[in-house]
Amino acid sequence: MGKQGGDSTSLINSQGLRLDGRRFDELRPVSIEVGVLKNADGSAYIQFGKNKIMAAVYGPKEVHPKHSALADRSLLRCRYHMSPFSTEERKNPAPSRREIEISKVIREALEPALILEDYPRTAIDVFVEVLQSDGGSRCAGINAASVALADAGINMRDLVCACAAGKIAGQIVLDIDDTEDKEGQADLPIAIMPTSNRVTLFQLDGQLSNEEFSKAFNLALEGCKSLYQMQREALIRKYFGKDGNEAGEQ
Amino acid sequence: MSAVKKVLVVEQLKRTQMNELLGRGKRLDGRSLLDMRDLSVTTNVVEKAEGSARVKLGNTEVIAGVKVSLGTPFPDTPDKGLLVVSAEVLPLASPYAEPGPPDERSIELARVVDRGIRESGMIDVSKLVLEVGKHVYAVFADVSVLNVDGNLFDSTSYAVVAALLTTKIPKYEISPSGEPVKSEEMIPLPITTVPISVTMAKIGDYLIVDPTSEEEAVMDARITLVSDDKGNICAGQKGEPGFLSIDQILLASQICKSKGEEVRAIINKEVERAIGVPKQ
Repeated sequence: MGKQGGDSTSLINSQGLRLDGRRFDELRPVSIEVGVLKNADGSAYIQFGKNKIMAAVYGPKEVHPKHSALADRSLLRCRYHMSPFSTEERKNPAPSRREIEISKVIREALEPALILEDYPRTAIDVFVEVLQSDGGSRCAGINAASVALADAGINMRDLVCACAAGKIAGQIVLDIDDTEDKEGQADLPIAIMPTSNRVTLFQLDGQLSNEEFSKAFNLALEGCKSLYQMQREALIRKYFGKDGNEAGEQ
Repeated sequence: MSAVKKVLVVEQLKRTQMNELLGRGKRLDGRSLLDMRDLSVTTNVVEKAEGSARVKLGNTEVIAGVKVSLGTPFPDTPDKGLLVVSAEVLPLASPYAEPGPPDERSIELARVVDRGIRESGMIDVSKLVLEVGKHVYAVFADVSVLNVDGNLFDSTSYAVVAALLTTKIPKYEISPSGEPVKSEEMIPLPITTVPISVTMAKIGDYLIVDPTSEEEAVMDARITLVSDDKGNICAGQKGEPGFLSIDQILLASQICKSKGEEVRAIINKEVERAIGVPKQ
Protein backbone atom coordinates (compact mmCIF):
# COMPACT_ATOMS: atom_id res chain seq x y z
CA MET A 1 0.00 0.00 0.00
CA GLY A 2 1.09 3.66 0.10
CA LYS A 3 4.75 4.00 0.84
CA GLN A 4 4.70 7.61 1.90
CA GLY A 5 4.78 8.38 5.60
CA GLY A 6 5.32 5.94 8.41
CA ASP A 7 8.25 6.14 10.79
CA SER A 8 10.85 4.20 8.87
CA THR A 9 13.99 5.39 10.65
CA SER A 10 14.08 2.29 12.86
CA LEU A 11 14.36 -0.02 9.82
CA ILE A 12 18.16 0.42 9.85
CA ASN A 13 20.03 0.61 13.17
CA SER A 14 23.10 2.64 14.07
CA GLN A 15 25.42 -0.17 12.92
CA GLY A 16 23.77 -0.03 9.50
CA LEU A 17 21.98 -3.35 10.03
CA ARG A 18 18.37 -4.02 9.10
CA LEU A 19 15.64 -5.43 11.36
CA ASP A 20 16.66 -9.02 10.58
CA GLY A 21 20.38 -8.20 10.89
CA ARG A 22 21.14 -8.00 7.18
CA ARG A 23 23.48 -5.46 5.60
CA PHE A 24 22.15 -3.19 2.84
CA ASP A 25 23.31 -5.51 0.05
CA GLU A 26 22.46 -8.84 1.61
CA LEU A 27 19.83 -11.29 0.41
CA ARG A 28 17.64 -13.25 2.78
CA PRO A 29 18.63 -16.92 3.06
CA VAL A 30 17.51 -18.77 -0.07
CA SER A 31 17.12 -22.48 -0.71
CA ILE A 32 15.83 -24.05 -3.90
CA GLU A 33 14.87 -27.67 -4.37
CA VAL A 34 14.12 -29.11 -7.81
CA GLY A 35 11.67 -31.87 -8.73
CA VAL A 36 9.58 -31.87 -5.56
CA LEU A 37 6.19 -32.82 -7.03
CA LYS A 38 5.78 -36.25 -8.60
CA ASN A 39 2.84 -35.49 -10.90
CA ALA A 40 4.19 -32.31 -12.41
CA ASP A 41 6.44 -32.36 -15.50
CA GLY A 42 8.70 -29.96 -13.67
CA SER A 43 8.62 -28.47 -10.20
CA ALA A 44 10.60 -26.50 -7.68
CA TYR A 45 10.25 -25.38 -4.09
CA ILE A 46 11.86 -22.17 -2.97
CA GLN A 47 12.34 -20.75 0.49
CA PHE A 48 13.24 -17.10 0.22
CA GLY A 49 13.46 -15.69 3.72
CA LYS A 50 10.08 -16.60 5.16
CA ASN A 51 8.54 -17.03 1.71
CA LYS A 52 7.70 -20.65 0.99
CA ILE A 53 6.65 -21.13 -2.60
CA MET A 54 5.89 -24.17 -4.74
CA ALA A 55 6.10 -23.92 -8.52
CA ALA A 56 4.88 -26.60 -10.92
CA VAL A 57 4.91 -26.90 -14.71
CA TYR A 58 2.55 -29.06 -16.74
CA GLY A 59 3.18 -29.37 -20.46
CA PRO A 60 3.64 -29.05 -23.30
CA LYS A 61 0.16 -30.57 -23.40
CA GLU A 62 -3.07 -30.44 -25.36
CA VAL A 63 -4.87 -27.09 -25.17
CA HIS A 64 -8.32 -26.82 -23.64
CA PRO A 65 -10.39 -25.01 -24.79
CA LYS A 66 -9.07 -25.91 -28.23
CA HIS A 67 -9.80 -22.56 -29.88
CA SER A 68 -7.21 -20.88 -27.68
CA ALA A 69 -4.39 -22.92 -29.23
CA LEU A 70 -1.80 -20.99 -31.24
CA ALA A 71 -0.76 -22.31 -34.64
CA ASP A 72 2.87 -21.24 -34.43
CA ARG A 73 3.83 -21.66 -30.79
CA SER A 74 2.85 -22.95 -27.41
CA LEU A 75 0.35 -21.07 -25.26
CA LEU A 76 1.99 -20.11 -21.98
CA ARG A 77 -0.39 -19.76 -19.07
CA CYS A 78 0.48 -18.78 -15.55
CA ARG A 79 -1.35 -18.70 -12.25
CA TYR A 80 0.12 -17.00 -9.19
CA HIS A 81 -1.94 -17.79 -6.14
CA MET A 82 -1.62 -17.19 -2.42
CA SER A 83 -2.88 -19.86 -0.05
CA PRO A 84 -5.49 -18.60 2.45
CA PHE A 85 -3.09 -19.41 5.31
CA SER A 86 -0.06 -17.74 3.72
CA THR A 87 -0.64 -14.34 5.30
CA GLU A 88 -1.16 -12.73 8.73
CA GLU A 89 -4.91 -12.31 8.10
CA ARG A 90 -6.62 -15.12 6.22
CA LYS A 91 -6.57 -14.38 2.50
CA ASN A 92 -9.75 -14.98 0.55
CA PRO A 93 -8.89 -17.94 -1.71
CA ALA A 94 -10.57 -16.37 -4.75
CA PRO A 95 -7.98 -14.78 -7.09
CA SER A 96 -7.64 -11.09 -6.21
CA ARG A 97 -6.94 -8.31 -8.71
CA ARG A 98 -3.39 -8.24 -7.36
CA GLU A 99 -2.94 -11.95 -8.06
CA ILE A 100 -4.33 -11.58 -11.58
CA GLU A 101 -1.88 -8.76 -12.31
CA ILE A 102 1.04 -10.71 -10.83
CA SER A 103 0.09 -13.81 -12.84
CA LYS A 104 0.29 -11.65 -15.97
CA VAL A 105 3.65 -10.07 -15.18
CA ILE A 106 5.17 -13.44 -14.17
CA ARG A 107 4.01 -14.96 -17.46
CA GLU A 108 5.52 -12.02 -19.36
CA ALA A 109 8.74 -12.32 -17.35
CA LEU A 110 9.17 -16.01 -18.23
CA GLU A 111 8.03 -15.90 -21.86
CA PRO A 112 11.13 -14.28 -23.42
CA ALA A 113 13.27 -17.13 -22.06
CA LEU A 114 11.11 -19.92 -23.48
CA ILE A 115 11.39 -21.20 -27.04
CA LEU A 116 7.64 -21.55 -27.42
CA GLU A 117 7.90 -21.91 -31.22
CA ASP A 118 9.23 -25.43 -30.58
CA TYR A 119 5.80 -26.57 -29.33
CA PRO A 120 3.06 -25.30 -31.66
CA ARG A 121 -0.61 -26.02 -30.80
CA THR A 122 0.21 -26.95 -27.20
CA ALA A 123 -0.13 -25.33 -23.80
CA ILE A 124 2.39 -24.93 -21.01
CA ASP A 125 0.88 -24.25 -17.59
CA VAL A 126 2.93 -22.69 -14.82
CA PHE A 127 1.49 -22.69 -11.32
CA VAL A 128 3.03 -20.63 -8.55
CA GLU A 129 1.52 -21.32 -5.15
CA VAL A 130 2.58 -19.12 -2.26
CA LEU A 131 2.32 -21.25 0.88
CA GLN A 132 3.75 -18.53 3.10
CA SER A 133 4.42 -14.98 2.02
CA ASP A 134 6.90 -12.46 3.34
CA GLY A 135 7.37 -9.74 0.72
CA GLY A 136 9.04 -10.34 -2.61
CA SER A 137 6.89 -13.36 -3.40
CA ARG A 138 6.60 -12.51 -7.09
CA CYS A 139 10.39 -12.55 -7.45
CA ALA A 140 10.74 -15.75 -5.43
CA GLY A 141 7.93 -17.25 -7.53
CA ILE A 142 9.68 -16.35 -10.79
CA ASN A 143 12.94 -17.93 -9.55
CA ALA A 144 11.11 -21.14 -8.68
CA ALA A 145 9.01 -21.18 -11.87
CA SER A 146 12.04 -20.72 -14.08
CA VAL A 147 13.81 -23.66 -12.43
CA ALA A 148 10.62 -25.74 -12.69
CA LEU A 149 10.46 -24.97 -16.45
CA ALA A 150 14.05 -26.16 -16.83
CA ASP A 151 13.17 -29.26 -14.78
CA ALA A 152 10.25 -29.91 -17.15
CA GLY A 153 12.74 -29.96 -20.03
CA ILE A 154 11.12 -27.04 -21.85
CA ASN A 155 13.52 -25.55 -24.42
CA MET A 156 14.86 -22.33 -22.96
CA ARG A 157 17.24 -19.58 -24.02
CA ASP A 158 18.21 -18.85 -20.44
CA LEU A 159 16.94 -19.08 -16.90
CA VAL A 160 15.01 -16.11 -15.53
CA CYS A 161 16.09 -14.79 -12.17
CA ALA A 162 14.36 -12.14 -10.15
CA CYS A 163 15.16 -9.95 -7.19
CA ALA A 164 13.96 -6.66 -5.76
CA ALA A 165 15.76 -3.64 -4.43
CA GLY A 166 14.10 -0.92 -2.44
CA LYS A 167 14.46 2.19 -0.36
CA ILE A 168 14.06 1.99 3.40
CA ALA A 169 14.95 4.63 5.98
CA GLY A 170 16.31 6.74 3.11
CA GLN A 171 18.77 4.05 1.97
CA ILE A 172 18.83 1.81 -1.08
CA VAL A 173 18.85 -1.84 -0.01
CA LEU A 174 18.64 -5.25 -1.66
CA ASP A 175 15.69 -7.66 -1.31
CA ILE A 176 13.14 -5.97 0.95
CA ASP A 177 10.93 -8.13 3.13
CA ASP A 178 7.30 -7.58 4.11
CA THR A 179 7.93 -5.12 6.96
CA GLU A 180 10.43 -3.17 4.88
CA ASP A 181 7.95 -3.07 2.01
CA LYS A 182 5.14 -1.73 4.18
CA GLU A 183 7.22 0.78 6.16
CA GLY A 184 9.75 1.65 3.46
CA GLN A 185 9.60 4.16 0.63
CA ALA A 186 10.08 2.17 -2.55
CA ASP A 187 10.09 -1.34 -3.99
CA LEU A 188 11.70 -2.17 -7.35
CA PRO A 189 11.29 -5.82 -8.37
CA ILE A 190 13.02 -6.88 -11.58
CA ALA A 191 13.73 -10.10 -13.45
CA ILE A 192 16.44 -10.70 -16.00
CA MET A 193 17.80 -13.32 -18.36
CA PRO A 194 21.29 -13.24 -16.85
CA THR A 195 23.32 -14.41 -19.85
CA SER A 196 22.09 -11.58 -22.07
CA ASN A 197 21.12 -8.99 -19.42
CA ARG A 198 17.59 -8.78 -20.80
CA VAL A 199 15.10 -7.27 -18.39
CA THR A 200 11.85 -9.24 -18.47
CA LEU A 201 10.10 -7.94 -15.37
CA PHE A 202 10.18 -4.39 -14.16
CA GLN A 203 7.89 -2.82 -11.60
CA LEU A 204 8.28 0.14 -9.29
CA ASP A 205 6.21 1.27 -6.33
CA GLY A 206 7.36 4.36 -4.50
CA GLN A 207 9.52 7.40 -5.05
CA LEU A 208 13.13 7.34 -6.18
CA SER A 209 15.30 10.19 -7.43
CA ASN A 210 17.25 9.64 -10.64
CA GLU A 211 20.39 8.69 -8.74
CA GLU A 212 18.52 6.38 -6.35
CA PHE A 213 16.77 4.77 -9.30
CA SER A 214 19.96 3.71 -11.07
CA LYS A 215 21.54 2.65 -7.77
CA ALA A 216 18.54 0.49 -6.87
CA PHE A 217 18.32 -0.92 -10.39
CA ASN A 218 21.99 -1.93 -10.37
CA LEU A 219 21.70 -3.43 -6.89
CA ALA A 220 18.69 -5.49 -7.99
CA LEU A 221 20.68 -6.67 -11.04
CA GLU A 222 23.44 -7.90 -8.71
CA GLY A 223 20.80 -9.69 -6.63
CA CYS A 224 19.47 -11.40 -9.75
CA LYS A 225 22.96 -12.68 -10.56
CA SER A 226 23.31 -14.22 -7.08
CA LEU A 227 19.96 -15.92 -7.60
CA TYR A 228 21.18 -17.28 -10.94
CA GLN A 229 24.02 -19.11 -9.19
CA MET A 230 21.59 -20.62 -6.67
CA GLN A 231 19.23 -21.72 -9.44
CA ARG A 232 22.10 -23.38 -11.31
CA GLU A 233 23.33 -25.12 -8.17
CA ALA A 234 19.82 -26.40 -7.44
CA LEU A 235 19.51 -27.86 -10.95
CA ILE A 236 22.99 -29.37 -10.76
CA ARG A 237 22.15 -31.00 -7.40
CA LYS A 238 19.06 -32.58 -8.91
CA TYR A 239 20.71 -33.86 -12.08
CA PHE A 240 24.28 -34.56 -10.93
CA GLY A 241 23.67 -35.77 -7.38
CA LYS A 242 24.66 -34.38 -3.98
CA ASP A 243 28.32 -33.74 -4.75
CA GLY A 244 27.55 -32.77 -8.32
CA ASN A 245 29.02 -29.33 -7.97
CA GLU A 246 32.24 -30.30 -9.73
CA ALA A 247 30.53 -32.67 -12.12
CA GLY A 248 28.20 -29.88 -13.18
CA GLU A 249 30.83 -27.27 -13.85
CA GLN A 250 32.58 -27.24 -17.21
CA MET B 1 -18.03 -18.55 -29.13
CA SER B 2 -18.33 -15.94 -31.81
CA ALA B 3 -16.00 -15.89 -34.75
CA VAL B 4 -15.05 -12.28 -34.08
CA LYS B 5 -11.32 -11.70 -33.92
CA LYS B 6 -10.31 -10.48 -30.51
CA VAL B 7 -7.12 -8.63 -31.27
CA LEU B 8 -5.97 -6.09 -33.79
CA VAL B 9 -3.84 -7.73 -36.45
CA VAL B 10 -1.37 -5.59 -38.37
CA GLU B 11 -0.40 -6.84 -41.80
CA GLN B 12 3.16 -7.95 -42.46
CA LEU B 13 3.46 -5.28 -45.15
CA LYS B 14 2.70 -2.56 -42.64
CA ARG B 15 5.08 -4.04 -40.07
CA THR B 16 7.90 -3.91 -42.62
CA GLN B 17 7.03 -0.32 -43.44
CA MET B 18 6.90 0.55 -39.74
CA ASN B 19 10.34 -0.96 -39.14
CA GLU B 20 11.86 0.83 -42.12
CA LEU B 21 10.44 4.14 -40.91
CA LEU B 22 11.73 3.59 -37.37
CA GLY B 23 15.21 3.12 -38.81
CA ARG B 24 14.87 6.65 -40.21
CA GLY B 25 13.50 8.02 -36.95
CA LYS B 26 9.92 8.28 -38.25
CA ARG B 27 6.60 6.58 -37.59
CA LEU B 28 3.55 5.70 -39.67
CA ASP B 29 1.67 8.84 -38.63
CA GLY B 30 4.65 11.12 -39.33
CA ARG B 31 5.75 11.52 -35.72
CA SER B 32 9.34 11.05 -34.68
CA LEU B 33 10.13 8.45 -32.03
CA LEU B 34 9.71 10.68 -28.99
CA ASP B 35 6.71 12.74 -30.17
CA MET B 36 3.42 12.44 -28.33
CA ARG B 37 0.20 12.76 -30.27
CA ASP B 38 -1.93 15.88 -29.77
CA LEU B 39 -3.22 15.91 -26.22
CA SER B 40 -6.36 17.75 -25.27
CA VAL B 41 -7.64 17.90 -21.72
CA THR B 42 -11.04 19.32 -20.78
CA THR B 43 -12.15 19.42 -17.17
CA ASN B 44 -15.60 19.74 -15.56
CA VAL B 45 -17.36 17.73 -18.23
CA VAL B 46 -19.77 15.96 -15.85
CA GLU B 47 -21.48 18.33 -13.43
CA LYS B 48 -22.71 15.67 -11.03
CA ALA B 49 -19.20 14.45 -10.37
CA GLU B 50 -17.09 16.34 -7.84
CA GLY B 51 -14.36 16.41 -10.46
CA SER B 52 -14.15 15.20 -14.04
CA ALA B 53 -12.04 15.34 -17.16
CA ARG B 54 -12.09 14.21 -20.74
CA VAL B 55 -8.82 13.45 -22.43
CA LYS B 56 -8.10 12.96 -26.10
CA LEU B 57 -4.69 11.63 -26.99
CA GLY B 58 -4.73 11.27 -30.75
CA ASN B 59 -7.75 9.07 -31.37
CA THR B 60 -7.73 7.60 -27.88
CA GLU B 61 -10.49 9.11 -25.77
CA VAL B 62 -11.19 8.63 -22.10
CA ILE B 63 -13.39 10.24 -19.49
CA ALA B 64 -12.73 10.30 -15.76
CA GLY B 65 -15.04 11.22 -12.92
CA VAL B 66 -14.32 11.67 -9.23
CA LYS B 67 -16.96 10.94 -6.61
CA VAL B 68 -16.33 11.71 -2.97
CA SER B 69 -18.25 10.37 -0.02
CA LEU B 70 -17.63 9.69 3.63
CA GLY B 71 -16.38 6.30 4.70
CA THR B 72 -14.63 4.45 7.48
CA PRO B 73 -10.86 4.03 7.18
CA PHE B 74 -9.15 0.67 6.87
CA PRO B 75 -8.29 -0.73 10.31
CA ASP B 76 -4.53 -0.70 9.54
CA THR B 77 -4.58 2.94 8.36
CA PRO B 78 -7.07 4.68 10.71
CA ASP B 79 -5.45 8.07 10.07
CA LYS B 80 -5.71 8.02 6.28
CA GLY B 81 -8.52 8.76 3.88
CA LEU B 82 -9.48 6.39 1.10
CA LEU B 83 -8.39 6.76 -2.50
CA VAL B 84 -9.54 4.25 -5.09
CA VAL B 85 -8.71 4.53 -8.79
CA SER B 86 -10.32 2.18 -11.24
CA ALA B 87 -10.37 1.97 -15.01
CA GLU B 88 -12.54 0.20 -17.50
CA VAL B 89 -12.51 -0.24 -21.27
CA LEU B 90 -16.14 0.24 -22.28
CA PRO B 91 -17.56 -2.16 -24.88
CA LEU B 92 -18.34 0.83 -27.09
CA ALA B 93 -14.66 1.74 -27.21
CA SER B 94 -13.40 -0.76 -29.76
CA PRO B 95 -14.53 -3.67 -31.95
CA TYR B 96 -12.28 -5.86 -29.83
CA ALA B 97 -13.69 -4.86 -26.45
CA GLU B 98 -16.36 -7.03 -24.93
CA PRO B 99 -18.72 -6.56 -22.00
CA GLY B 100 -18.16 -8.70 -18.96
CA PRO B 101 -15.94 -8.88 -15.93
CA PRO B 102 -12.58 -7.10 -16.35
CA ASP B 103 -9.88 -9.23 -17.97
CA GLU B 104 -6.24 -9.18 -16.89
CA ARG B 105 -5.46 -6.29 -19.24
CA SER B 106 -8.11 -4.04 -17.68
CA ILE B 107 -7.00 -5.06 -14.20
CA GLU B 108 -3.39 -4.24 -15.02
CA LEU B 109 -4.44 -0.89 -16.52
CA ALA B 110 -6.44 0.08 -13.43
CA ARG B 111 -3.73 -1.05 -11.01
CA VAL B 112 -0.89 0.71 -12.83
CA VAL B 113 -2.85 3.98 -13.05
CA ASP B 114 -3.75 3.64 -9.36
CA ARG B 115 -0.12 2.95 -8.46
CA GLY B 116 1.11 6.15 -10.14
CA ILE B 117 -1.41 8.34 -8.31
CA ARG B 118 -0.98 6.57 -4.98
CA GLU B 119 2.80 6.19 -4.87
CA SER B 120 3.45 9.76 -6.00
CA GLY B 121 1.49 10.86 -2.93
CA MET B 122 -0.49 13.19 -5.23
CA ILE B 123 -3.31 13.32 -2.69
CA ASP B 124 -2.22 13.75 0.91
CA VAL B 125 -4.57 11.11 2.31
CA SER B 126 -3.64 12.01 5.89
CA LYS B 127 -5.55 15.29 5.32
CA LEU B 128 -8.72 13.46 4.31
CA VAL B 129 -9.50 12.51 7.90
CA LEU B 130 -12.43 13.95 9.88
CA GLU B 131 -12.07 11.72 12.92
CA VAL B 132 -9.27 9.18 13.24
CA GLY B 133 -10.52 5.61 12.96
CA LYS B 134 -14.12 6.69 12.30
CA HIS B 135 -14.80 9.19 9.55
CA VAL B 136 -12.65 9.86 6.51
CA TYR B 137 -13.23 11.11 2.98
CA ALA B 138 -13.39 8.34 0.41
CA VAL B 139 -12.24 9.52 -3.02
CA PHE B 140 -13.24 7.33 -5.95
CA ALA B 141 -11.73 8.13 -9.34
CA ASP B 142 -13.26 6.06 -12.13
CA VAL B 143 -12.07 6.22 -15.72
CA SER B 144 -13.88 4.89 -18.74
CA VAL B 145 -12.16 4.42 -22.06
CA LEU B 146 -14.45 5.68 -24.85
CA ASN B 147 -12.30 5.06 -27.90
CA VAL B 148 -9.25 2.83 -28.09
CA ASP B 149 -6.26 3.83 -30.16
CA GLY B 150 -3.32 2.84 -28.02
CA ASN B 151 -1.62 4.16 -24.89
CA LEU B 152 -4.54 3.68 -22.51
CA PHE B 153 -2.11 3.78 -19.56
CA ASP B 154 -1.18 7.42 -20.12
CA SER B 155 -4.54 8.73 -21.32
CA THR B 156 -6.42 7.27 -18.34
CA SER B 157 -3.75 8.51 -15.96
CA TYR B 158 -3.94 12.07 -17.38
CA ALA B 159 -7.74 12.04 -17.09
CA VAL B 160 -7.62 10.96 -13.44
CA VAL B 161 -4.95 13.53 -12.61
CA ALA B 162 -6.86 16.37 -14.31
CA ALA B 163 -10.12 15.31 -12.64
CA LEU B 164 -8.51 15.15 -9.18
CA LEU B 165 -6.83 18.55 -9.67
CA THR B 166 -10.21 20.19 -10.34
CA THR B 167 -12.21 18.25 -7.75
CA LYS B 168 -14.12 20.26 -5.15
CA ILE B 169 -15.49 18.41 -2.16
CA PRO B 170 -18.01 19.58 0.43
CA LYS B 171 -16.40 20.43 3.73
CA TYR B 172 -17.66 18.37 6.65
CA GLU B 173 -17.51 19.30 10.33
CA ILE B 174 -17.87 16.95 13.27
CA SER B 175 -20.93 18.03 15.24
CA PRO B 176 -20.97 18.05 19.06
CA SER B 177 -22.82 14.73 18.94
CA GLY B 178 -19.87 13.27 17.02
CA GLU B 179 -21.58 12.99 13.64
CA PRO B 180 -20.13 14.52 10.49
CA VAL B 181 -22.23 17.39 9.15
CA LYS B 182 -21.95 18.70 5.60
CA SER B 183 -21.32 22.42 5.26
CA GLU B 184 -21.95 24.68 2.27
CA GLU B 185 -18.26 25.30 1.80
CA MET B 186 -16.51 23.49 -1.06
CA ILE B 187 -12.80 22.75 -0.75
CA PRO B 188 -10.19 21.34 -3.15
CA LEU B 189 -8.43 18.03 -2.49
CA PRO B 190 -5.09 18.21 -0.61
CA ILE B 191 -2.84 18.01 -3.70
CA THR B 192 0.93 17.70 -3.22
CA THR B 193 2.25 16.95 -6.70
CA VAL B 194 1.17 16.29 -10.29
CA PRO B 195 2.30 12.79 -11.31
CA ILE B 196 2.68 12.19 -15.04
CA SER B 197 2.75 8.78 -16.63
CA VAL B 198 4.83 8.19 -19.77
CA THR B 199 4.46 4.93 -21.64
CA MET B 200 6.98 3.74 -24.17
CA ALA B 201 6.83 0.84 -26.59
CA LYS B 202 9.87 -1.15 -27.61
CA ILE B 203 9.80 -2.16 -31.26
CA GLY B 204 12.99 -3.94 -32.30
CA ASP B 205 15.82 -1.76 -30.99
CA TYR B 206 13.69 1.37 -30.81
CA LEU B 207 11.87 2.98 -27.92
CA ILE B 208 8.90 5.15 -28.92
CA VAL B 209 6.57 7.18 -26.73
CA ASP B 210 2.78 7.20 -26.86
CA PRO B 211 2.20 4.14 -29.10
CA THR B 212 -0.95 3.86 -31.23
CA SER B 213 -2.99 0.64 -31.35
CA GLU B 214 -1.12 -0.41 -34.49
CA GLU B 215 2.22 0.18 -32.84
CA GLU B 216 1.07 -1.70 -29.73
CA ALA B 217 0.07 -4.63 -31.93
CA VAL B 218 3.66 -5.03 -33.14
CA MET B 219 5.59 -3.95 -30.02
CA ASP B 220 7.82 -6.40 -28.17
CA ALA B 221 7.45 -4.82 -24.76
CA ARG B 222 5.95 -1.82 -23.08
CA ILE B 223 7.25 0.24 -20.18
CA THR B 224 5.32 2.81 -18.17
CA LEU B 225 7.10 5.18 -15.79
CA VAL B 226 5.49 7.86 -13.66
CA SER B 227 7.37 10.94 -12.44
CA ASP B 228 6.33 13.66 -10.00
CA ASP B 229 7.01 17.38 -10.35
CA LYS B 230 10.24 17.16 -8.32
CA GLY B 231 11.67 14.75 -10.89
CA ASN B 232 11.34 11.61 -8.78
CA ILE B 233 10.24 8.41 -10.46
CA CYS B 234 7.36 7.05 -8.40
CA ALA B 235 5.89 4.07 -10.24
CA GLY B 236 6.75 1.77 -13.08
CA GLN B 237 5.58 -1.29 -14.92
CA LYS B 238 6.94 -3.34 -17.79
CA GLY B 239 4.35 -5.22 -19.79
CA GLU B 240 3.99 -7.61 -22.73
CA PRO B 241 6.01 -10.77 -23.34
CA GLY B 242 9.22 -9.18 -24.59
CA PHE B 243 12.29 -7.83 -22.85
CA LEU B 244 14.10 -4.50 -22.50
CA SER B 245 17.84 -4.03 -22.25
CA ILE B 246 19.36 -2.39 -19.19
CA ASP B 247 20.25 0.67 -21.28
CA GLN B 248 16.68 0.94 -22.55
CA ILE B 249 15.36 0.99 -18.97
CA LEU B 250 17.79 3.77 -18.04
CA LEU B 251 16.91 5.67 -21.23
CA ALA B 252 13.21 5.29 -20.43
CA SER B 253 13.81 6.79 -16.98
CA GLN B 254 15.22 9.91 -18.68
CA ILE B 255 12.50 10.15 -21.32
CA CYS B 256 9.75 9.88 -18.72
CA LYS B 257 10.90 13.10 -17.11
CA SER B 258 11.36 15.27 -20.19
CA LYS B 259 8.05 14.08 -21.68
CA GLY B 260 6.43 14.31 -18.26
CA GLU B 261 7.22 18.01 -18.07
CA GLU B 262 5.62 18.64 -21.46
CA VAL B 263 2.42 16.89 -20.45
CA ARG B 264 2.33 18.44 -16.98
CA ALA B 265 2.36 21.89 -18.59
CA ILE B 266 -0.65 20.99 -20.75
CA ILE B 267 -2.63 19.62 -17.80
CA ASN B 268 -1.71 22.53 -15.52
CA LYS B 269 -2.81 25.00 -18.20
CA GLU B 270 -6.26 23.42 -18.40
CA VAL B 271 -6.54 23.26 -14.62
CA GLU B 272 -5.63 26.95 -14.36
CA ARG B 273 -8.24 27.80 -16.94
CA ALA B 274 -10.85 25.79 -15.05
CA ILE B 275 -10.22 26.90 -11.50
CA GLY B 276 -8.25 30.07 -11.99
CA VAL B 277 -5.56 29.13 -9.47
CA PRO B 278 -2.24 27.72 -10.63
CA LYS B 279 -1.27 24.42 -9.08
CA GLN B 280 2.32 23.96 -8.03
